[in-house]
Amino acid sequence: MTTPTVGARRTWRQALRRDWQLYSLAVLPLLFFLVFRYLPMIGNVIAFRRFEPGGSIFGEEWVGLRYVEMFLGDPTFWQVFRNTLWIGALTLVFCFPIPIVLALLLNEVRTRALKRFVQSVSYLPHFLSIVIVAGITLQMLSTDGPVNHLLGWFGHEPIRFIQEPEWFRTIYVGSEIWQTAGWGTILYLAALTTIDDDLYEAARIDGANRWQQIWHVTLPGIRPTMITLLILNIGTFLAVGFEKILLLYNPLTYPTADVISTYLYRTGVESNSFSYAAAIGLFEAVIGLVLIITANQLSRRTVGTSLW
Amino acid sequence: MVRPSRSYRVFQGINGAVLTLVVIVTLYPFVNIIARSFSGERHIRAGEVTLWPKGFDLTTYDIVLRDAMFWRNYGNTVLYTVVSTVIAMTLTTCYAYVLSKRHLRGRGVLVGIAVFTMFFTGGLIPNYVLITSLGLKNTVWALALPNAISVFNLLVMKAFFENLPSELEEAAQIDGLSTYGILARIVLPLSKAVIATMVLFYSVSFWNSWFGAFLYLDRTELMPVTVYLRNLIAGATGGGNAGAGTEQLTQVAANIQAVTIVLTSLPILCVYPFVQRYFVSGVMLGAVKG
Repeated sequence: MTTPTVGARRTWRQALRRDWQLYSLAVLPLLFFLVFRYLPMIGNVIAFRRFEPGGSIFGEEWVGLRYVEMFLGDPTFWQVFRNTLWIGALTLVFCFPIPIVLALLLNEVRTRALKRFVQSVSYLPHFLSIVIVAGITLQMLSTDGPVNHLLGWFGHEPIRFIQEPEWFRTIYVGSEIWQTAGWGTILYLAALTTIDDDLYEAARIDGANRWQQIWHVTLPGIRPTMITLLILNIGTFLAVGFEKILLLYNPLTYPTADVISTYLYRTGVESNSFSYAAAIGLFEAVIGLVLIITANQLSRRTVGTSLW
Repeated sequence: MVRPSRSYRVFQGINGAVLTLVVIVTLYPFVNIIARSFSGERHIRAGEVTLWPKGFDLTTYDIVLRDAMFWRNYGNTVLYTVVSTVIAMTLTTCYAYVLSKRHLRGRGVLVGIAVFTMFFTGGLIPNYVLITSLGLKNTVWALALPNAISVFNLLVMKAFFENLPSELEEAAQIDGLSTYGILARIVLPLSKAVIATMVLFYSVSFWNSWFGAFLYLDRTELMPVTVYLRNLIAGATGGGNAGAGTEQLTQVAANIQAVTIVLTSLPILCVYPFVQRYFVSGVMLGAVKG
């Protein structure tokens, strides 16, 4: 192509003439992305502008970093920030490795029917509404529920789990494991079936016992899956289960349970401080983006696996 | 085949025990909630209900099932799920088909527009402001439109369309069929499997959702059943106790949450055994590509 701009223009015209029906199918979806995905991204400018309910969705006038300074000087913000880091870290430490262990255990089951049954049962909580999961969690932990019943066997007084701030993280992570561990095994089990049997055979000939086979054949075989999921988990580190916390927490447990997203929900939607809440939300989204890009770069440099 | 060693048999034993424990821990809460929902108030309060109902009592079921609001909210759930799923399937299918055409100019940009939204979103407040100013509050559109395309589902469908043999479409093109005709008469009939999976993915997620409704709907009679349950859990309402006598009230207070949990999860539990494998295969399809 000698003159790239003219050439490009001509091929665009050709493409439109040839594929206009295809492009027409993309119009509504593109409108969706524009209105419901990209407009809200731009709508984040209200973090730097004064906003009036009922006024323009992009706010009234520039106020600079007023709202950013406001939340940086807000002790509650730092408390919810700490809580978010805590809950995010605990979720990562427990909810990331447990599906791997479970998948390895399932992989060792030799009876197909038994394996199927355990899988089916463990996927079940994934299909329930988070409201039902929260409801079940609260019922299990109520003063007349099974957990306190079990404690009673050991002569322990009933604990009011739901009102005690020091129990919230345990409850949250526990319910998260209950809900997600089984479903989380799916991708690992799929990766495990792709490992070549010859590799195990070769390892056996070299005298590897079962533990060594797991360490030298199985784990390297599922490493790309592990790293991909780890990057994704790190990317959503701050976006801790907002809906679940909203359902499980109450003013008594705010000291440990209140996280960035629940705090900005209350200040924004319940108290109408939209700009202030948008500033906090933008902060969270930017950190999330930075985290996932960093994790991706790190893993590309160190182990050669990356999302893009 | 080498004879399993002693230590391996021990390992198998322990493995079996651990997995049995996993099954018990997963299922016990369901069993307990069901038992509780059929039990009498005194036994529940004493913490005696474990695996089966004690002091069998149907008062709460009777009252919830006669509560007009419960049924109304259940109807809303069905309506919202159907409307949202139809819209989502239409938009997702169209866009996935467009993206699957490798020769298309600008395809990379079109894919990028979708994929970028997986990593960066507008966030709660700008979305809330947008929906409010569009006047969508208290309508089904506030629930359906903002969730019309899940990028994950989009990529799954795109991968499926890309793997269809191109000869059929080319033959149809030579026979003079338009792009719309090819999509409707050739591609969609060949894609029943992925369409069924996508319908399941979308409908289960719409059926289970609650926060959109909680955020954008103000009136009780508009709520889906998930919000009905949420309000019970949060203690925001007394539930369906309108018309209940005083001695009934203590019974209702003791297990209305259990009863409502059972009644709301029942449809999912009933279809779960039959649809589970479609979910698994759908996730695999996405994983190969994503």
